Amino acid sequence: MDLAFTKEEQAFREEVRTFFRGNVPPDTRRKLVEGRHLSKDEMVTWWRILNKKGWGTSHWPTQYGGTGWTSVQHYIFNEELQSYPAPQPLAFGVSMVGPVIYTFGNEAQKKQYLPRIANVDDWWCQGFSEPGSGSDLASLKTKAERKGDKWIINGQKTWTTLAQHADMIFCLCRTDATAKKQMGISFIVFDMKSKGVTVRPIQTIDGGLEVNEVFFDDVEVPYENLIGEENKGWDYAKFLLGNERTGIARVGVSKERLRRIRDLASKVESGGKPIIQDAAFREKLAACEIELKALELTQLRVVADEGKHGKGKPNPASSVLKIKGSEIQQTTTELLMEVIGPFAAPYDVHGDDGSNEAMDWTAQIAPSYFNNRKVSIYGGSNEIQRNIIAKAVLGL
Amino acid sequence: MDFDLNEEQRLLKDSIDGLLTDSYDFESRKKYMKEKGGWSKAVWGKLAEQGLLGLPFAEADGGFGGGGVETMIVMEALGKALVLEPYLATVVIGGGFLRHAGTDAQKAAHVPGIIDGSKTLAFAQLEKNSRYDLFDVSTTAKKKGDGWVIDGEKFVVLNGENAEILIVTARTKGDRRDKSGIGVFLVPASAKGVTKKSYPTQDGLHAADITFTGVEVGADAALGNPDDSLALIERVVDEARVALCAEAVGLMDESLKTTVEYIKTRKQFGVAIGSFQSLQHRASDMFVAAEQARSMSMFATMAGEFEDASERSNAIAAAKVQIGKSLKYVGQQAIQLHGGIGMTMEAKIGHYFKRLTMIENSFGDTDYHQRRVADGGGLI
Repeated sequence: MDLAFTKEEQAFREEVRTFFRGNVPPDTRRKLVEGRHLSKDEMVTWWRILNKKGWGTSHWPTQYGGTGWTSVQHYIFNEELQSYPAPQPLAFGVSMVGPVIYTFGNEAQKKQYLPRIANVDDWWCQGFSEPGSGSDLASLKTKAERKGDKWIINGQKTWTTLAQHADMIFCLCRTDATAKKQMGISFIVFDMKSKGVTVRPIQTIDGGLEVNEVFFDDVEVPYENLIGEENKGWDYAKFLLGNERTGIARVGVSKERLRRIRDLASKVESGGKPIIQDAAFREKLAACEIELKALELTQLRVVADEGKHGKGKPNPASSVLKIKGSEIQQTTTELLMEVIGPFAAPYDVHGDDGSNEAMDWTAQIAPSYFNNRKVSIYGGSNEIQRNIIAKAVLGL
Repeated sequence: MDFDLNEEQRLLKDSIDGLLTDSYDFESRKKYMKEKGGWSKAVWGKLAEQGLLGLPFAEADGGFGGGGVETMIVMEALGKALVLEPYLATVVIGGGFLRHAGTDAQKAAHVPGIIDGSKTLAFAQLEKNSRYDLFDVSTTAKKKGDGWVIDGEKFVVLNGENAEILIVTARTKGDRRDKSGIGVFLVPASAKGVTKKSYPTQDGLHAADITFTGVEVGADAALGNPDDSLALIERVVDEARVALCAEAVGLMDESLKTTVEYIKTRKQFGVAIGSFQSLQHRASDMFVAAEQARSMSMFATMAGEFEDASERSNAIAAAKVQIGKSLKYVGQQAIQLHGGIGMTMEAKIGHYFKRLTMIENSFGDTDYHQRRVADGGGLI
């Protein structure tokens, strides 16, 4: 057992950090620190800088443009990225559909899509959840019917994150209504500008416009847009969801936020002195930091395990990451609310495009608190995670 | 970065797990409790035979030169089997003082007896009003000739009833809460002026309240600098905290395992109660708590070797907080999921709960250590 990073790993951390310092546009970083929304242009600009450096698709196999890093290097990269902070690569492209395409797609699909995903020439969105299919995803109803060399797609998806920016969607569609629910699903990708696709924004409780409903009305999609085999889509979806186990803890994000809390708490006054001098507040902050340290160690255990024994058999501790990671993220936003006190109240209206640049930074705190309630709901709600632990780890 | 055990460490783990599987089931433990002093001399002898009592001592002193990881392995195993024998008091704490501050002569006088199992130790530190502050010492050691005269009262001294040697914190200078002027002394339990009131503890161990009245010891009794040993005490107590974290992880592992087995077999409404989602989620949260505790136990073990004392203390305090929160959750839920049977002395789960609970109240509880981390400027 040894907690220390090797000299090479430390040098790598320095290299990553130096690159971020020199290349993340300062305004992009500031907006992230202040909890503001980034425009599509700001995100894409940064991702292309990252891709040009060769780090945009770091975890892909090297033949498709990956870096060949060790699991510890990936961990360091993510931690530095999250805590600098810089925008994370667009998960829907790089972490979700990319790996499905290079693992199950044919050569033509790999050639067509992978470079465009890496350079964000296409912005991808995820068509999984439906109004009647949340945690019970396999009950989805969106239908794709084969008609000659085309699919005809009808139905509705929801919670589609940033679909307003999207060029492409990867979509789970029912292709065999007679099969058992998991068996009749296919994984189909298509152009969001196809005729019959309608995107309707959903405003969330923080006032933001991150998520959307997407309607499909006789959308015609070429048959070759099917990824892998017909009716095997559920397997690909499970592969996709299991692919990013360690990033989900978002340790770096919480670290950055805790540093910000400490900084704000030394400026904002309570009882005539900085709130950090209030013992009760300080202990709450320490409690959250300790939880995060424990999570970081749990994550390192999983990372070290993957590095040594491969990703084949997941470390049981990995199921802890989503639950604790989301709880801690939520706690950090609660602490921010506490620091800001009565100045949490003013509500400023978002721009039509969802931007909130005009708002005072204090007005971001409550929205961030409201918005972060989502983290224990998405990606398999924390209750689903507990079901998974009970079944897969404890054998209940 | 590596969280795996090396080959030798794996062998060590197999060896102690094997020994305890053979000789420490719950029924045997009940018998050991009834022996004189409350633990088994035979088991202690087996631990000595396997070299476990000499584990942390340097090879030059007859030991095996084991480090923090080795102690973690042993303590986790002792926790898992709910062992009564005084490993913490004798090897971790007593041994710790001798390793860090003992002169060659002091080591020669005491280490061989620890290693061969013929001698056990106890740490007489807690006072009526000191609570968790190690520097809060009223017991005095006054110079007399080359030696000292010790006067004062110590409480809840684990293994105080049986130990041949007491390690006593006493003030040579200054006032009750001064951080300097504190010494550490080796006192034979049989010395004139030592009186003991012994009793069992809530978790089935044994402790004693010990009064020192004009106890005279020689010049060779002082461990380290008799006027300035707080740093030594903090270091050894930090090692004890790390050991307790590991013991708690073993206890939690076994509590979770026992509980999961129970809810798989206990039937109500015609089905195993483990099929109910509310119970499954509770068990899952126990798992999460135990894993977070394991992570911090490992962290504390590695922090034990940090050069910087404040960094080390901060990390170990943080670990004790996580362990405290986890053990409370795991312990309480283990009883809840067992239902009525969990309330009985007859079932083993309650005994795990009691030991876990006593660990929370040893060498600083969750609030105490959380305050230390908070006042130390945090952890990020």
